[in-house]
Amino acid sequence: MPGKLKVKIVAGRHLPVMDRASDLTDAFVEVKFGNTTFKTDVYLKSLNPQWNSEWFKFEVDDEDLQDEPLQITVLDHDTYSANDAIGKVYIDIDPLLYSEAATVISGWFPIYDTIHGIRGEINVVVKVDLFNDLNRFRQSSCGVKFFCTTSIPKCYRAVIIHGFVEELVVNEDPEYQWIDRIRTPRASNEARQRLISLMSGELQRKIGLKVLEMRGNAVVGYLQCFDLEGESGLVVRAIGTACTLDKLSSPAALLPACNSPSREMKEIPFNEDPNPNTHSSGPSTPLKNQTYSFSPSKSYSRQSSSSDTDLSLTPKTGMGSGSAGKEGGPFKALLRQQTQSALEQREFPFFTLTAFPPGFLVHVGGVVSARSVKLLDRIHNPDEPETRDAWWAEIRQEIKSHAKALGCHAVVGYSESTSICEEVCILSASGTAAVLNPRFLQDGTVEGCLEPRLEENLPAGCGFCHIPYDELNMPFPAHLTYCNNCRKQKVPDVLFTTIDLPVDATVIGKGCLIQARLCRLKKKAQAEANATAISNLLPFMEYEVHTQLMNKLKLKAMNALFGLRIQITVGENMLMGLASATGVYLAALPTPGGIQIAGKTPNDGSYEQHISHMQKKINDTIAKNKELYEINPPEISEEIIGSPIPEPRQRSRLLRSQSESSDEVTELDLSHGKKDAFVLEIDDTDAMEDVHSLLTDVPPPSGFYSCNTEIMPGINNWTSEIQMFTSVRVIRLSSLNLTNQALNKNFNDLCENLLKSLYFKLRSMIPCCLCHVNFTVSLPEDELIQVTVTAVAITFDKNQALQTTKTHAEKLLQRASTDNEELLQFPLELCSDSLPSHPFPPAKEHLESASSNSGIPAAQRDRCSSWIELIKLKAQTIRRGSIKTTVTVEKASPMGEGNFRNRSAPPCANSTVGVVKMTPLSFIPGAKITKYLGIINMFFIRETTSLREEGGVSGFLHAFIAEVFAMVRAHVAALGGNAVVSYIMKQCVFMENPNKNQAQCLINVSGDAVVFVRESELEVVSAQQPAANCQPSCPGGEVTT
Amino acid sequence: MTSELDIFVGNTTLIDEDVYRLWLDGYSVSDAVVLRVCSGILEQTGATAAVLQSDTMDHYRTFHMLERLLHAPPKMLHQLIFQIPPSRQALLIESYYAFDEAFVREVLGKKLFKGTKKDLDDISTKTGITLKSCRRHLDNFKRVFKVVEEMRGSLVDNIQQHFLLSDRLARDYAAIVFFANNRFETGKKKLHYLSFGDFAFCAELMIQNWTLRAIDSQVDDMDMDLDKEFLQDLKELKVLVADKDLLDLHKSLVCTALRGKLGVFSEMEANFKNLSRGLVNVAAKLTHNKDVRDLFVDLVEKFVEPCRSDHWPLNEY
Repeated sequence: MPGKLKVKIVAGRHLPVMDRASDLTDAFVEVKFGNTTFKTDVYLKSLNPQWNSEWFKFEVDDEDLQDEPLQITVLDHDTYSANDAIGKVYIDIDPLLYSEAATVISGWFPIYDTIHGIRGEINVVVKVDLFNDLNRFRQSSCGVKFFCTTSIPKCYRAVIIHGFVEELVVNEDPEYQWIDRIRTPRASNEARQRLISLMSGELQRKIGLKVLEMRGNAVVGYLQCFDLEGESGLVVRAIGTACTLDKLSSPAALLPACNSPSREMKEIPFNEDPNPNTHSSGPSTPLKNQTYSFSPSKSYSRQSSSSDTDLSLTPKTGMGSGSAGKEGGPFKALLRQQTQSALEQREFPFFTLTAFPPGFLVHVGGVVSARSVKLLDRIHNPDEPETRDAWWAEIRQEIKSHAKALGCHAVVGYSESTSICEEVCILSASGTAAVLNPRFLQDGTVEGCLEPRLEENLPAGCGFCHIPYDELNMPFPAHLTYCNNCRKQKVPDVLFTTIDLPVDATVIGKGCLIQARLCRLKKKAQAEANATAISNLLPFMEYEVHTQLMNKLKLKAMNALFGLRIQITVGENMLMGLASATGVYLAALPTPGGIQIAGKTPNDGSYEQHISHMQKKINDTIAKNKELYEINPPEISEEIIGSPIPEPRQRSRLLRSQSESSDEVTELDLSHGKKDAFVLEIDDTDAMEDVHSLLTDVPPPSGFYSCNTEIMPGINNWTSEIQMFTSVRVIRLSSLNLTNQALNKNFNDLCENLLKSLYFKLRSMIPCCLCHVNFTVSLPEDELIQVTVTAVAITFDKNQALQTTKTHAEKLLQRASTDNEELLQFPLELCSDSLPSHPFPPAKEHLESASSNSGIPAAQRDRCSSWIELIKLKAQTIRRGSIKTTVTVEKASPMGEGNFRNRSAPPCANSTVGVVKMTPLSFIPGAKITKYLGIINMFFIRETTSLREEGGVSGFLHAFIAEVFAMVRAHVAALGGNAVVSYIMKQCVFMENPNKNQAQCLINVSGDAVVFVRESELEVVSAQQPAANCQPSCPGGEVTT
Repeated sequence: MTSELDIFVGNTTLIDEDVYRLWLDGYSVSDAVVLRVCSGILEQTGATAAVLQSDTMDHYRTFHMLERLLHAPPKMLHQLIFQIPPSRQALLIESYYAFDEAFVREVLGKKLFKGTKKDLDDISTKTGITLKSCRRHLDNFKRVFKVVEEMRGSLVDNIQQHFLLSDRLARDYAAIVFFANNRFETGKKKLHYLSFGDFAFCAELMIQNWTLRAIDSQVDDMDMDLDKEFLQDLKELKVLVADKDLLDLHKSLVCTALRGKLGVFSEMEANFKNLSRGLVNVAAKLTHNKDVRDLFVDLVEKFVEPCRSDHWPLNEY
């Protein structure tokens, strides 16, 4: 009995009129936790009752504390008939269970009814007294912190990043139980809400146990999803990254972290360990690390037995080879061995993080993904959800082997998703294959000896671009060049990743949102036939989505994609693919070539003319985009290489022959049918359409930028105004024109119009950037397409961009491109001088991808396809030595300006009494997060039987989403917070039946409740700090600290 | 391809003041879109008409949801559904309760609860205000009237407290409520030249001086009703006309008070008897409800018109 939960009901306000005769309400409250219920007195005849109840005390297990929500029901007392429910409030008390978070939940909560929406508010105070339980065999995991944020939360430091944790629980969906036929919609909705709340509590507790087993104390990048499988049940699954976090508590440690993230980033990894020969790993951690004995990680995962076979695929490198200072040998290999040894202990070396502590990410291989089509069947025993577990294990296994093929031992930016239509379900997983620095992983012995090497061998800003695989034994034909930055390592020509742009990456110009959109019709079919049809379509969809992304990337004159997210949605009669990513120009990768159009019938004069006209248009667009996104790669790189950009067409032919001769191991080749990616052949109308659609994508109006990553590359002078929003659109396709082209056009228009609308609505915020733009597509019915967008608009200051707040990397870049600076870089130029003898084709681009059909027998009705991508780079190099000098030189000037900027910032913070900010980002511009209060994870159902009266579908959903926001804000405020970061609307399932005047909607949202302090308010404190702390702040940098 | 559903919900509720204005003015979505197109917004922003349509729809939906809260402004302050900065909230409320003087002039002193559809139709055609807007105006008046009707304390303060209006707007509402309560006739042709501002000024003076509170702020302080005793007292003013001495005394007192302040002093002095008689007669009749209603008509007939016929340059009251 290790916990006592105390609840007090204070008052209500704005209650609805329940008694028509008196226009008043006789309200009372039921407080329920587990199986215990308390009631308040009836407060007669008032719409603003003052109950001021005693403290209701529940004595409960901490297991229950974690699983159960506190349920508060407001009722209207009726002497003669049954009491009428006014509404309910569910309070997740999890945040009260760990010491650093909230201590009390107290505030006004909207009273929510699934039929009527919000009906007044209730003031509640909740407290928990927790007794320490030292029982080893406990089933609870109180104290493990959960974060939705996919980076190490601000004000914490990662001591160890343990790795992947996953869990799923299944249950019957109350909506499909027999009892649902006789109960009211309200009762059914409430049963569902309660069940899901209970299941997420249980899930979180189980994941917490796994984390404790791994000796971690937190889960970062926690992502929980629901699969509404209909008849076959309800699955709640979650993935996350287990970590051991240390709170940065001393103000000295806190302030630099907030005020000069870019600086901290550079210095911490290198300076923490002043003496390379000692074994200490930096402040506050060494002892702990040593004592953490190696826990055999198998124990925390259920599928351990199945995984053994697969592990043997990889060359096992013994622990010994990785141990301390072996001199000589290629560093990369050593590093890989060491990391591998640490990682191979894990079944799945996956990380849900998208941004990392400095030095964590060594190389990035490319995107790996896997999909599998499954037929749903009833889950017979909810306690043993083996089939679902096995499905996911299969997919993860595949991802892992793809990463292996890329010479990578880990997958970062990992995520999983499903799309369900009737009894067919597509499971997808994707991530970025990467080589990681073992310093942050569990293995304590490698520490110390690697660090100094790191320092010497990894030039900042380009290291992650270097290929992790063996050049002579490439997993697929790719075109490599020497890195434009360091000129020592090979880089691919294009890089696709699912992670955020690393802070130290050198980027030229600004980034932009790039989307590929695709629809494919599919015959209606049942069960197996349907699954087969979908499996057959998937590879083609992937291929085309890919081509589109590639072409659009080139059209923008960029060479890398970050935050790539490909969503394939299945409907009754079609499949939809939507890929979103943020394109950038990485300085380390080679300059992208243009797009060349080729026709098949060159004899026709007018046709030629047409083609050349198109070509001109494309070239113009590229030039325009270059200007728009300020992509001006420094010219020197060309000079050094000494060869003009080869004529692309010629190049492509060459390449073509290469790829034809090369023996493709995989069945499905995504490298564009062995044609070069950037030659478009417009020999049929289809291709013509493609070219047209390329050109019809309109850039955002001036003053607007958009990206789907946390921060916009190239913008970092954010001001404090933010506006988070959700926009939903549903279109009905007329069934007459259902051809692939018409469908594509409709879908394309839908997305483009949606974006245009957003730009128009937010025009008052110009100049601003839409960050973390997250599109979700669903196909609720035959002819309906639903697109949901959540994003945040952040204003930035145009003028200051030029003066003060350039990122570290940008500063360096600027320096590097000036003449004087070049002199400092003579060692680099010496070494690069030797390069021009090789005729590098820097302008050549191509995407090579390897993919595989997973070889799962068709008899098993599933088929996985996957692809892997690669890329290359080019850029300026700055050696470490010059970095240091530059930093010190630069420091003097921005200081004054930085202070000035802070002072001149609009004092808009003062009026924000009671305002709760929401953002999908992990930070709040112009502010410092001082405390994490706990995870917010809420699930709501709303139903109506008077759709027309509530303003139709739009009115209904508009009101519902506004109510969801209100309830999230109220919970955060009650926890004592003033913002939600990493907010995400994970699900928005909308169903309507206009004939019956009915509609239903399910929404699931999550995020981290935080307390933030404006930087202007912090200044008082920072003024007392040494001047060094007053560097211009750069929220962009904060993201990855 | 038809759009079934199209919504935008911001964490901070987005409010476009121009669209709010159009909504308050009672334009339909399509009319509002046309008006916005005319304002040249498409050229400024490079948007399309479809975007504008969707944006307008969205705002209208938001306003429609906000309307419920606008009916009880204090609720607006505490509600949790829409996150709106306080300054914005004040603006929303103020604009919602702001009114067109032309409309008020039509209904001033009328029984507010009888406004039939046909009446509103007539007013709408007459004033050029859309029917929807007329209805909002009238509903606002009714709502304010109903809330403060039975309330004690200063009328202006009550209105301000319950509707969070600015001082000026609250005073105007006080005047409207006062007129409606006393059913002063203002619609007669003779009174047409008087603006709402003129009446509001009168109402304020009357509230200050003629109501119960003006006599004794301790007891039963109601701003709404005229003080019966005071009216009774006014009856006794008849002596000012009946008794020659008193008439002279009154005249000399008034003349002393006004000497130098009035451009038409001599004319006034000459006509004093007539004017005074007119005023006193009006005042003496005020004990009857019907005569109270006709106060302004009578005043104009008996006092202002004679003055005007003498070409007084300004209207005195």
